[in-house]
Amino acid sequence: MTKSKREWYVGKPKYHEKIIQTILAVSAVLSVLITFGIVYILGKESLLFFKEVSIVEFFTSTKWQPLINEFGVLPLINSTLTTSFIAMLVAGPLGLFVAIYLSEYASEKARSILKPILEVLAGIPTVVYGYFALTFMTPLLRLIFGKDTVDIYNTASAGLVMGILILPLVASITEDALKAVPSSLREAAFGLGGNKLHTSMTIVVPAAFSGISAAFILGLSRAIGETMIVALAAGAGSNFTFNPFEAAETLTGYIVRISGGDVSYNTMDYNSIFALGLLLFFITLSLNVLSRKLVRKYQEEYD
Amino acid sequence: MINTLFKSATILAIFILFILLVNIINDAFGYVAIENSIEPTIFIESGNLDDLNSDDIIEILEERLSKGLVRRYNSESPLKERSQKELMELLFNRVIEPRVKQSWSLKESIFNKKEILELTTKKYPNAYIDFRAWLNLEFITKPQSSIPEFAGIRTAILGSLMIICITIFFAFPVGVASAIYLEEYAGNNRFTRFVQVNIYNLSGVPSIIFGLLGLAVFVRGMEPFTSGSMFGYGDPATANGRTILAAGLTLAILILPIIIINTQEALRAVPQTLRQAGYGIGGTKWQIIWSHVLPASIERIMTGTILAVSRAIGETAPIVVIGASTFISVDPSNIFSKFTTLPIQIYQWTSRPQAEFRNVAAAAIIVLLLMLLSMNTFAILIRNRIGKNRS
Repeated sequence: MTKSKREWYVGKPKYHEKIIQTILAVSAVLSVLITFGIVYILGKESLLFFKEVSIVEFFTSTKWQPLINEFGVLPLINSTLTTSFIAMLVAGPLGLFVAIYLSEYASEKARSILKPILEVLAGIPTVVYGYFALTFMTPLLRLIFGKDTVDIYNTASAGLVMGILILPLVASITEDALKAVPSSLREAAFGLGGNKLHTSMTIVVPAAFSGISAAFILGLSRAIGETMIVALAAGAGSNFTFNPFEAAETLTGYIVRISGGDVSYNTMDYNSIFALGLLLFFITLSLNVLSRKLVRKYQEEYD
Repeated sequence: MINTLFKSATILAIFILFILLVNIINDAFGYVAIENSIEPTIFIESGNLDDLNSDDIIEILEERLSKGLVRRYNSESPLKERSQKELMELLFNRVIEPRVKQSWSLKESIFNKKEILELTTKKYPNAYIDFRAWLNLEFITKPQSSIPEFAGIRTAILGSLMIICITIFFAFPVGVASAIYLEEYAGNNRFTRFVQVNIYNLSGVPSIIFGLLGLAVFVRGMEPFTSGSMFGYGDPATANGRTILAAGLTLAILILPIIIINTQEALRAVPQTLRQAGYGIGGTKWQIIWSHVLPASIERIMTGTILAVSRAIGETAPIVVIGASTFISVDPSNIFSKFTTLPIQIYQWTSRPQAEFRNVAAAAIIVLLLMLLSMNTFAILIRNRIGKNRS
């Protein structure tokens, strides 16, 4: 990507090499086509949806009951944000602490053992986390807070387990950001008599701020798009509630439940999952773009 | 004080991983209370069915089963020609009909054995207690069933493997080709940057969106192709696009960005001097890529691809969205077959209310995790080999 014009020492390509080059270029363009495909398909089906449902109703009504033609997306967004917020409460501080430990404190040997274990956490399929939420976290919550306060399906359990899922992601990007802080900064702080903790918290962490926020934003984006944990543990049926111990369906939970049952084409159900998909796509895309911008910022600062 | 906090956060993360694994193993083994609908002692005094010979079993089957069912079995393959083992299985599943009344976790089985025995004699007087490993050889080799104790995952494993083959077949060549173009050929212009940003963004799109794309494009839009009716496979009247091919293609576009990014990194790691040496002896660009750059980076490319594929194996949401069939007990025969996969089986079993399905789901999770673990070990082995070659 970085090389510009053809280097003078490169031999003249043979005829068939031009064909190969074209094939390679076509492959690279394919990914652009996929993106356009996503936008086109989601847009097309959503248009059909918004012919029937006004955008104002979609964004203001607090009822999502497709059976009686109530299409207010707020309850779905509300529960999506609830689960993601709980997830970030777990993954944010924990991820930051893990990253500080790995980058500033851990010995080379400890790092070489701990990092792969964290990578294992990231590689476990989300459906397994869903199982974990339902069979471990929910009973645990019910044990602590009582069976009357905590429903079998609840957003708290889904959110907590989702936090564990995105913890390695947040930790790893945060660690990269901390590592990118030049050691001269640390040495200067040590030279002024700062201890390790003081240096980490007042010099290194603030210096890596943009990278850390990038990690948090990417984690949030991952949480919003996560499906299987909420599908298994958060419950079916939309519910406009701020109580994390109640069942509530999220954006992704609704999509997967509706499409799981052999949805027929050109129905409101079919179109509605694409409208929700479009919304989800825009939310996660803008978060990802923002996160990448922040990552680039800290990379530029120290290059 | 506070630095122990950082350390304990890390230990907590590892502890959670430990709990997760223990929780799954805990559910995959344990005592079960089984009740037979007919006691074997009716047929043979000792209660030991192994003492029966084939003719006895056929007699019992003909007596106990409905005429229609016997006729169906006979038309599938005559009872008289079946082996003793097959007959015994029929007798067991159809006449004796053992059903799990209650199951306990491994922990309960070890520490509360006495209570379990007492509870069983009180609640299920006709039941007997058996220690069951839900994960066993039969579980892996049997097809899906609506009764948890007979359920197996052979169909799901085959489905998963076939889908992964399709995914690799499409994603690997396209992904590597894109990466070669972007790293070796493309100039640093706006278009290249656009493609690159696009690939990064694509890698962050939630997997369920790819499911929606697959549903609209592969299942619906390309139905004649993905259902196989274009090639004369399947019945055009009932065929739909919810096939292995559609699932494989959906997962292929899902992991394509990951493969491209990994391959680009692999190509970037090849030292520039290697390329210059090739040019020095008059090689053309493609000759050098093919005979020097690719061989030098193939191990890294493979590692990246294996990790991407292991992600695809665990993906559930996009495959549920494109509509994997809810209940499939027939092995997929070709890429136009309906299918189920291991994660989907886990999802469906977990979402059922009966506790026994949790046990089966836990057993399936162990199989899935072992599959992924062995793939990751393979990837790490390849990675280590690179390290050795260098030094």
